[in-house]
Amino acid sequence: MTVETLIYLSFVFGLSILLGVELISKVPSQLHTPLMSGSNAISGITIVGALTSAGVATEHLTSGLLGAAGVFFATVNVVGGYWVTNRMLSMFKK
Amino acid sequence: MNLDVMINLSYLAAALAFAYGIKLLGSASTAVKGNMLSAGAMALSVLATFFDPAIVQFKWIIISMLLGTGLGAYAARTVEMTGMPELVALFNGFGGLASLLVSWAVFHLGVGLDFVTSFTIYCASLIGALTFTGSFIAYAKLAERMDGKPILFKGQHQVNAGLLILTLILGVVFARNPLDSYTTFIFIVILSLVIGVTFVIPIGGADMPVVISFLNSASGLAACFAGFVVKNNVLIVSGSLVGASGMILTLIMCKGMNRTLGNVFFSGLGADVEEEGGGDQGTVKQASPQDAYYVLESAKSLVVVPGYGLAVSQAQHIVRELGDILEENGCDVKYAIHPVAGRMPGHMNVLLAEANVSYDQLATMEDVNPNLEMVDVCMVVGANDVVNTGARDNEKSLLYGMPIIEADKARTIYIFKRSLASGFAGLQNPLFFHDKTYMIFGDAKSSLSNIVAEFKD
Repeated sequence: MTVETLIYLSFVFGLSILLGVELISKVPSQLHTPLMSGSNAISGITIVGALTSAGVATEHLTSGLLGAAGVFFATVNVVGGYWVTNRMLSMFKK
Repeated sequence: MNLDVMINLSYLAAALAFAYGIKLLGSASTAVKGNMLSAGAMALSVLATFFDPAIVQFKWIIISMLLGTGLGAYAARTVEMTGMPELVALFNGFGGLASLLVSWAVFHLGVGLDFVTSFTIYCASLIGALTFTGSFIAYAKLAERMDGKPILFKGQHQVNAGLLILTLILGVVFARNPLDSYTTFIFIVILSLVIGVTFVIPIGGADMPVVISFLNSASGLAACFAGFVVKNNVLIVSGSLVGASGMILTLIMCKGMNRTLGNVFFSGLGADVEEEGGGDQGTVKQASPQDAYYVLESAKSLVVVPGYGLAVSQAQHIVRELGDILEENGCDVKYAIHPVAGRMPGHMNVLLAEANVSYDQLATMEDVNPNLEMVDVCMVVGANDVVNTGARDNEKSLLYGMPIIEADKARTIYIFKRSLASGFAGLQNPLFFHDKTYMIFGDAKSSLSNIVAEFKD
């Protein structure tokens, strides 16, 4: 990774944190639980990284399996997370 | 168009959609849409990744995704509302584990491991691993498979600090020469897994909501570092968003308990539980549901303070029924929600919403406290620490300084509890022995049903 890339990635990092802080401070306390659950589902985005690792040529057995395990756990996180959040939110509908 | 460009544009769209989705999640009317948008963004990201030329075969991907979907859907569908906090903790742990596994996979492949990439592999593995074990301990404490009392040993803080420093040193060593440092890497992973455990076990069950929030943030951070490892923007953006949101929520919760984050993690609440004359605080007054009926029948104002016991007893529906009856009877009914009531921020709100309690009857601690002196009846249902007057009056109390709902100011107080056992924090509650307080022992749901039955006669 070049220094240039690192700097650009850090720009992205810094701005995202700022954005996150701004968005969350406005959420009312009754929505905190679905918020935790919903943001937890988003952290399953790791699946994207895991997919490329799991999709390597089969001769790279260990890497592939590590990646596949990552895909499995990230998928549980994603699917379960969105489902649970939806269940909670549908109770708020008047 | 260039495939790489297409994929990255999709990632860009997804990242923006995540951010907007979180924004929509912040308001009850748009929250469902926000969640859908966010799910859509996730689907887009996954789909775009399928086109990545680095993926040469889909065998393992298909199997893992099918299994993961099956397990995730099953767990989400069957869990009770009372089990939500521990499930979120468990899912969170899985996210951390995934980040660890991804970093490991990249490391194992052994390609392109310059110092910076290797150092980010170390960071992602460290945070991912400790998130995994920490979340698992949190899950165990909440699911009550593990004792809620803090586990402490001498020199704990030094050990934790030492472990962290050790991993940092090893991380640098590893990053300088990754290809020859496989055992170092394994050692780092093991240490990180241990750190997750040692950091969380000294924290008492009462502080779990804060810990879950914090670990939620950590899993986001782990995803973000994994993003640096695979050089993927959508991971970095989304990871930071989740990291930041978790952190803010954590700080909000700490404020709700009037403690700092450092205090939560390093004070070992419950360590030196002096009993403050535990036995001889006086006797409690008891009342039957019938007694309560007479007082409630003529009450003009009622404040209900729900706690975790409400969830356990599944009494939210009967409480709402009683509230409706009382309102028809000319009584003003409000529910006072303490920021850390229940096992997760907003836990009580979710339960009461499930019971169709009207939004405008939900009040915060700050709304309710100034007016409690003029409230006829205060019903504490399954809550304990959040109405513990020791937190306000007793400097020696371990809860001292935590803002409470001042139930003792109301004219009459009814406490629905199964027994005189202590709350999550393990402390006695002077409110129980107060002159104006009457304990109604037994399962909250059946006691409340008895009161409702009296009204119906």
